Formats: sequence, structure tokens, C-alpha cells
Amino acid sequence: MSEKVLMKGNEVLAESAMRAGCKYFFGYPITPQTELSAYMSKHMPKIGGTFLQAESEVAAINMVYGAAAAGARVMTSSSSPGISLKSEGVSYIAGADLPAVIINVMRGGPGLGSIQPSQSDYWQATKALGHGDFQMVVYAPSTVQEMADYVAKAFDVADEYRTPVMILLDGLLGQMMEPVELPEPKADIPDKPWACTGTKGERAHNVVNSLYLDADLLDQTNRERYERYDKIKAAEQISEEYLCDDADIVVVAFGAAARIARNAVNAAREQGIKAGLFRPITLWPFPVDALEKTVAHARGYLTVEMKMGQMVDDVRLVVAGRAPVVFYGRTGGVIPTPAEVLDAIVAFDQKVGE
Amino acid sequence: MEQKEEKVVFERPDALLPVVTNFCPGCTHGIVHRLVAETIDELGIEGKTVGVTPVGCSVMGYNFFGCDMVEAAHGRAPAVATGIKRVNPDNIVFAYQGDGDLASIGTAETVHAATRGENITIIFINNAIYGMTGGQMAPTSLPHQVTQTSPYGRDTASAGYPVRICEMLSTLDGPAYLERVTVDTPANVRKAKKAIKKAFQNQVDGVGYSLIEVVSTCPTNWGMTPQESFTWMRENMLPYYPLGVYRDVLAEGHESVAAAAAERAKDSKIVAEGGAA
Amino acid sequence: MSEMRFILSGFGGQGLLFGGKVIAYTGLIEDRQVSWLPSYGPEMRGGTANCSVTLSDEPIGSPLITNPTAVIAMNQPSVDKFEVDIVPGGIIVIDSALTNSGPARDDITSFMIPATSAAEEEGLKGLANIVCVGKLWAETQFCQRETLDAAIRKAVPARKVAMVDKNLAALELGMSM
Repeated sequence: MSEKVLMKGNEVLAESAMRAGCKYFFGYPITPQTELSAYMSKHMPKIGGTFLQAESEVAAINMVYGAAAAGARVMTSSSSPGISLKSEGVSYIAGADLPAVIINVMRGGPGLGSIQPSQSDYWQATKALGHGDFQMVVYAPSTVQEMADYVAKAFDVADEYRTPVMILLDGLLGQMMEPVELPEPKADIPDKPWACTGTKGERAHNVVNSLYLDADLLDQTNRERYERYDKIKAAEQISEEYLCDDADIVVVAFGAAARIARNAVNAAREQGIKAGLFRPITLWPFPVDALEKTVAHARGYLTVEMKMGQMVDDVRLVVAGRAPVVFYGRTGGVIPTPAEVLDAIVAFDQKVGE
Repeated sequence: MEQKEEKVVFERPDALLPVVTNFCPGCTHGIVHRLVAETIDELGIEGKTVGVTPVGCSVMGYNFFGCDMVEAAHGRAPAVATGIKRVNPDNIVFAYQGDGDLASIGTAETVHAATRGENITIIFINNAIYGMTGGQMAPTSLPHQVTQTSPYGRDTASAGYPVRICEMLSTLDGPAYLERVTVDTPANVRKAKKAIKKAFQNQVDGVGYSLIEVVSTCPTNWGMTPQESFTWMRENMLPYYPLGVYRDVLAEGHESVAAAAAERAKDSKIVAEGGAA
Repeated sequence: MSEMRFILSGFGGQGLLFGGKVIAYTGLIEDRQVSWLPSYGPEMRGGTANCSVTLSDEPIGSPLITNPTAVIAMNQPSVDKFEVDIVPGGIIVIDSALTNSGPARDDITSFMIPATSAAEEEGLKGLANIVCVGKLWAETQFCQRETLDAAIRKAVPARKVAMVDKNLAALELGMSM
């Protein structure tokens, strides 16, 4: 157990990655994740690693592709518009079954949007970060401590399932400081016999590739990948339930929005409303099993999102018409206040009570 | 009948796998693949070489070379090669790219890998057309050249002018060695081989970024016989893309890329003083 | 102790983010729940700058403070912006050397102190931020007294260790005002 330190979220993401054995970082400057790159540029040389500021987001993700193909633990980070640029490379990483960790410190969109905190890349992260049939594990921490913990876990999960993993957070979490206990440095990184490190004349050549001109072979490859996704869905769902056991109104929120929603849930309880907070920590796989358990007693679901309600669709897929599911949120970098969310809970409680 | 002992005078290089390629008859990719493979054999580096193939006609190169191979997204081979080389600097990393890949969609990656002076080797096939997609205008298509997407000939008023990669990269401090060659005659094939071997040797010796541009043909999409193609190339491309060495820091008398760059910028205070400690 | 929510606000360069860090470190030292959140934007120098610092014994919800229990305001725009958000019974510490007018509300307590000019007179130029933190502590006791000094020692970076004593003096100055 190491001593708690006070650190910024963005810097903790970087430090925790290095402790997880990530010795390669390729990135491009963008607000509000710049502290992460700056921290990497300062500390990577001290551990004999590589920090490289790429010429573009596109180049950065392809350097990640190359480093992952060479068997390294590697990471890149960006914010929303930059992640869009990386989407091509993420599709190739998924298609070539390479492990890599990608950080998205979200800001308001679409387009250049704002630089204020947002969660509006939910669909992009959980449904379609790039072309083709693939998924990506997505963690949504809501404290600086969770940023430390889930970055470390992300590298393990990426290696275990040979998949890209995203840490999805917003500028609020990236910029804030909280006390954090950093993970112990990881010594043993798994062997990667598939990596392109040279045959040394001892084996047939390894090929890292996502091209399958034979349609049947691509079909088979994709099906095998989806079998791995089924294993991920079975083993890797994570969520936190707060006052959910007897909740009439289940508020569903992740990341910074969940912190705000928690305040509102407490205030609602003080008013006698049986509200609870369900917080997905994996956004993909969505924690459907845990959410399903609340359906027996919940009279309604309210998602609180810093976007136009994208996650509400995933909640509706679980609830499947058995209770009303509504959304409250703000966009563009406006952070909802606990008072606003409380008003939404009160209004929803009255509606489902009718 | 008198028995004569047979002597092997020509065989497949070890670094090329015994597979049938997808290249058209008369295509120069096969020649250049062979030159790369011979170089790998002669330097004895197959076991530590990692190749990066592009999107374009040579996309399937990962099936042809016996070393470890990584297939890159369109234009991104220099970035992918950078990632590989940074992880394992002892590997010999080469990227093999065509003109659309290297000089159009991947221009930024090309320029920046060069200016970083990545210690990698780039083989650049310039045949002034997009081959795999069926003969569209390339960044290196010549003015008035007819292609599928310049059916009235490349109109420079609208489509602008071709990109001369060796000349452009020679303005940068990063590259160690830039040479433009062709493979239309046995003599030129020997010159091309020498250049490619030097480009790999530079990497082995840690000299730095080397790019060999091979002015090539595309009989299929040019709609010509291989012989006609070489004639067209000599009459039209070589005057536009003159063969020769565009950068060779060692031959120019510099100790290294860094020394050459420092010499060029010696009047800049921060360069002269070496910057932050 | 119930939750304390502080906003420190002024011009970029006045050291308010650092002042907030000192408060955050007191929470770290006393093993409390802490969050520190800066405003961020395109203005790197000379624009407005503020940070939100929460100290609590319960998990902290939103790190962005919308209803502070106390505010430090080191310019007029900060008084104007944050005065309205303070909870009834809360306080505001205002650097009177840099502002024209105090708050209009009478359900909060305001402390007008000439932090910037007083710091300069005492040879503590540039430490008005810490003077204000000293005054804030005097009025709220947001941590143990000795914790505050320890927080200064943690917050001042190693390369500026010579500044520790001046920061401690600035705290004392603020407490005496």
C-alpha cells in the first residue's frame, strides 16, 4: 500500500499507465487532456520509455498500432475531436486483434464544440468508434482513484482479450485533484508470441493484419472475435449500486454525472423519495445483469447524462418496457447541478406515482 | 547422351516466400520485391526484420516476405514503422509504399517520419497511378496524363502539379539518404539494388532515415505493353523525376545526420548552444 | 465536521489555484475526502481563474461547487460572480486592495482585507493569495492549525523550498487581519 498523494486526474492516468508497464505513449496536444501528455513527456524518459508527440492524431494511433504489433504495452490519449480522427486506427487495432489503451477526456461537441466537460462520445465509444463489426471495452471512472485503478486494469484486459480498451472520462474528472493511492508497479507483462519482433530464424513469420479478401475467412474471423466479446460480456461487467436495493426511482449515471446524481439522490431521500443510483463503470459491456436485478422493484428509471441522452437507449434495452425510462441532461459543457437533478427526480417521482 | 552437371545461376531469395504474387505480368513490383529480399539475405537480417506493407497493389506483401510483417492502414506505414522501431530499436524496419499511399493520403506521415529522422527504410514505388483501385490519378500523375479520374488529362489548373518526393524531403534535416532509381534495364536494376542495399545498411549502421524512390510502370492501367510502358516512363517520367541521389549525409562529408543538421543551422543560438541541459 | 465548499477566484497569476491546493492538502493530511477543481479555458494568463475545493467526511459528489460555504475573491468580477452563490450564513473574504465594493447581501459575512497591499508592506509580495487563505482559516478553522503549516510545506514545490517561510508568514498575516 503506497501513501496517498494529491494528484490531477489526467496526471494519474499517465502515472498509473507507466506503473502498469506502459513504456510507449504517442499523442497529440488537445484540451482538456494536455496534462496527461505533459506528464508523460516528463516522466517517460526516466523509466527508459518513449514519449513521442506525433504529427497528428492519425499518426499517433498508427504508432500505437505499430508498437502494439511489436508487443509493447502502449497508450494514447486525446479528447473528442481527436478521438474521431483516431477512429480509423482503432478499427485497424480491433481488426488486427491488438491490445492498446486509449484515453478520451471528453469535451462538448459536435464539431469543434467546446472545451468544457461533456459525455457526448458515449455512442462513439460503446457502439462505433470506427468502421466495421467490432467492440471495445470502455471504462468510465468517476473518481481519481478509479482512474488509477481502471487504467491498470485496462492494460490487463487489453492483453487478455487482445482488444483495444478505452478509458472514457470528461474534462471535469481529468482536471480535478483528489487524494489517490497509486497502484504498485507491475513487473510481469504477459508474453505475446504473436508479436512482430523478428523471427530470429526460429519460427514462421508473424503477420499482423486486418485484411481478409476471402469473405468466408473474414466472416469466420469476425465470429471468433464475437465469441471473445461474449466472454467479455460474461466476465467483465462492472457497476456500483448506491441505495438501489429498495429504490423506486433508479437514477442511472456514470462518470462526473454520477457524482452529481449521487448528491441529488441523497437530497431526494431526505425528501422521502426512495431514489437510488446505479452507476455503470463498464459502459461496454453495459452492466445489464446488475441493472436487471433492479427491475423487480423500480418504478422508473432516470438517466442523468452530460449529453442528449445516449445512454438512455442502453437502459431501455435492459428495462424493455417494464418501467418508464426517461432522461435528464445538459450538453455543450454545461454541468448539471445537483439541484437541477433533484428537480428532475421529484418531477419523475410524481409522474410515476400517478 | 552426355550428362552435364547443372549449376544454379538464379534462384528465389530466402527472404521471399515460395508463393505466387498478385502482381500483373510486366509489373515492376516483382523486381523491387526481389531486390529487397536479396538485400535482406545478403545482410543476413531476415530474423530481425519487420516489414510494413501499405494499401495499394503491394498490400499483400505480408504474404510474400518471410520476415515478420505488419499491414498498415492507407498512408500510415511510416507511423506504424515508427511504433515498431521505437519498441524494438534492434529490429530492421522497412515500409514498402506506393505513390497514393506515400505521397497523397500519407504525406504527413511521410514528411514527419523523415524529419524525425526515424532510423527506418522506406521503399517508394512511383508509377504515377493508383493501380489497385483501377487506374485513378495519383499525386505523381503527370500533367496531361490520362487516368480514370483525369479522363481529359491531368488539368493542372484544377488538379495542380505532381509531388516530387525526393526533392521535397531533401529540404529536411532528418533524412540520411534519399535516392531516385528505376528498374527498366539490367544496368538500372543493378543501380537500384545498390541503392536499396545502402538504404538497409544505413539502418543497420544507425545512420538514419533512408528512402529509395523507384520510378516504375503500370502496364495494366497505363494500357500499354511492358516495353511500351518503359518507353513512356523514360520519355515522360524520368525528365519530371530525374534519377539520382538527393541526399546522402555521409557522402556529403558529414559525420552524421545530426552533424549535418547542426552545420546547416549553426547561426541559431539554441542549436549552437545545445539547448536545455 | 460538515462539508465545506470553497471557491477561490481572481485574476490568473494571483496564485488562487495554489491557494486552493494548500486547502486541498490539509484534507489529504487529515485523511478527509477532498476534491480540487480548477476552471480551465483558453485564457492562460491574465484572465479570470478560479478553483473549487471541497473538504468533507463523506464521499464528495460534484467537484464543481455551485453553492460555496466560503469564497475568496481577489478582484471585483469574482465578487460579482460568486457572491450570489454563497449559502446563507456563509462567508466571503475580499481583497479590498483590488476591489471597489463589497457584497450587497446581508445574510453572509464579508471580510474586506487589503491582502495585496498588506503583503507588499510586509515583504510578502505575490503572497496575497496565502494571506487570504490565512484569513479564511481564521474564520472557518477548516483544519487543525498545525495541518495548515504542513500543507504549505507539501504544496510548495521542492525547487521553491525557500518560499516556505514566506508562505507561513503570509498565513500568519492573514490570520491577524
